[in-house]
Amino acid sequence: MNSQPLLLATPSGDALKLRPEGPWTAANVATLETLSRSVGAEVDRSRVVTLDMSGVSALDTLGAWVLEKLSRRAASSGRPAEFVGVADHFSGLMDEVRQVNRHTPPPAAAPNPVLLRLGDLGKSTVGAREDITIFLQMLGALFMAVVGVLRRPRTLRLTSLVYQLYRIGWQAIPIVVLITFLIGAIIAQQGFFHFRRFGAESYTVDMVGILVLRELGVLIVAIMVAGRSGSAYTAELGSMKMREEIDALSTMGLDPVDVLILPRVAALVIALPILAFIGSIAALYGGGLVAQFYGDMGPAIYIARLHEAISVTHFEVGILKAPFMALVIGIVACSEGLRVKGSAESLGRQTTTSVVKSIFLVIVLDGLFAIFFASIGM
Amino acid sequence: MGEQQEEFAIRVRDLVVGFGRQTVLDHLSLDVRRGEILGLVGASGGGKSVLMRTIIGLIPRRGGTIEVMGQPIGGRTQGAATAWGILFQQGALFSSLTVRQNVQFPLRENLVLSQELMDEIAIAKLEMVGLRAQDADKYPAELSGGMTKRVALARALALDPPILFLDEPTSGLDPIAAGDFDALIRTLQGTLGLTVFMVTHDLASLTTVCDRVAALADGKIVAIGPMRELLQSEHPWVRAYFHGKRSQMLQHEMR
Repeated sequence: MNSQPLLLATPSGDALKLRPEGPWTAANVATLETLSRSVGAEVDRSRVVTLDMSGVSALDTLGAWVLEKLSRRAASSGRPAEFVGVADHFSGLMDEVRQVNRHTPPPAAAPNPVLLRLGDLGKSTVGAREDITIFLQMLGALFMAVVGVLRRPRTLRLTSLVYQLYRIGWQAIPIVVLITFLIGAIIAQQGFFHFRRFGAESYTVDMVGILVLRELGVLIVAIMVAGRSGSAYTAELGSMKMREEIDALSTMGLDPVDVLILPRVAALVIALPILAFIGSIAALYGGGLVAQFYGDMGPAIYIARLHEAISVTHFEVGILKAPFMALVIGIVACSEGLRVKGSAESLGRQTTTSVVKSIFLVIVLDGLFAIFFASIGM
Repeated sequence: MGEQQEEFAIRVRDLVVGFGRQTVLDHLSLDVRRGEILGLVGASGGGKSVLMRTIIGLIPRRGGTIEVMGQPIGGRTQGAATAWGILFQQGALFSSLTVRQNVQFPLRENLVLSQELMDEIAIAKLEMVGLRAQDADKYPAELSGGMTKRVALARALALDPPILFLDEPTSGLDPIAAGDFDALIRTLQGTLGLTVFMVTHDLASLTTVCDRVAALADGKIVAIGPMRELLQSEHPWVRAYFHGKRSQMLQHEMR
């Protein structure tokens, strides 16, 4: 009994006798590979190969396969190796291994890299069209659901709507306030620092007011909501899809859009303007604190300057954008959730796609709104 | 003494397992002989899966000892892949890996071997469980229920473990596929000399493949022995299990 596997090769003329010894098991795989490689050349040279198995103390599938491979190598250059002295309790395994790996499918031909690139390009073009179709389909389905609710208001899922409002609105307030407060403070600090050089410090307030109310307040909040609530929607709907809950809903005669998606999107459309408002106020407050402690501008002056600098129009421009951004986030999040397939990986991929896509679309939408408001003179 | 230990693959003594105030296994003792197929039956929620999971170390125990191949089992499952293979009820294939990668996973993590040999071993295992080499590049989501179980079995057998745990291997399979699977386990058990510990409700598997059947009731093994002996058992739960309407019908058919 050896604790290490051995392979004794005894060549005689064009015949070769191989005698494996010891444990031919997976635990010694490194040794087995070296051993079988070391006799490879001799096996190729010999016409008749005999494998004497009487010295093998333990054998598993891996060991049996390594020996079988030697035998097949012999077959390619002459006759298959003859196994002698196979112990009874190994013979079943040896017979089994003889059957396997006979029909390896031909490896797929390496694809042409240029064609591969072109194929990818084509696929992503089709994919982009598909994305737009899905977006419009979801928008249409939501519109139909809203019409249905308007016709019969009792079909609105009020409990679900209130719960979603609590989750994505109320529970989001602390983090929204914190982030927008910091953003407002940072803008004000930068304004004072740079405007001071040419004595235009007082215009910092104009900048903070206009920037926060028109653009940053709503944009920052929308991005945060896309990351915080959009991802949650995608993951929820995706795992419901994976566990066939959505199919179960449909078979009970309920439309998943009515039951799951409308309350979620409606909650976003209601909550985002409120959050944007709260966020803008927090940012103005942060700017005011910086004005007092960094810019030597008292609260009374800050508020008076703010009063002069901004008008309701600025506020309207900001807050009008919020529901549309909420709609985009909601539609992207829900439709990505419904596109989840069976695997855990697909759930992760769709969640990432949902967040990336909705942030991208929110920024694009913001740009379109900027052009629109400029052209109507708001 | 050494002979005695060699005879048993798994020895469980006075095992106590519970959650909170509830005791699931109450001073349970069970021996699994080397090279046998042991079927474990019990009521749903009666602790069959708990017993299996405790033996493989997924659930902590409150008392008692467990020996696998003569080695006492601690609370950890590290380094256990070579000691046993486990077929989970739902297959538990890694959904982000292909079938081939799933089967290679234990090999890759535990051994140092060339990619070529690893590929060949993976295909060999797949063919041994009755799959084709063409299936190797599919993802678990693309497999049918029966194929998932076969791939999971191939993965469980990747390192040729001496003990194989099966958790309801035939549940969710049609009778033909279940019969094939039973036959497959029988064949592999014979070829590889496995000890098989099988949790099942399938009376057909119990009758056709199991060498012995253990009945778990009230947190204890109340009867153990070949199927024929269990049918004679006087324990009320065992009688109800094997002589209920469904079982009677099945046994009647088989005669």
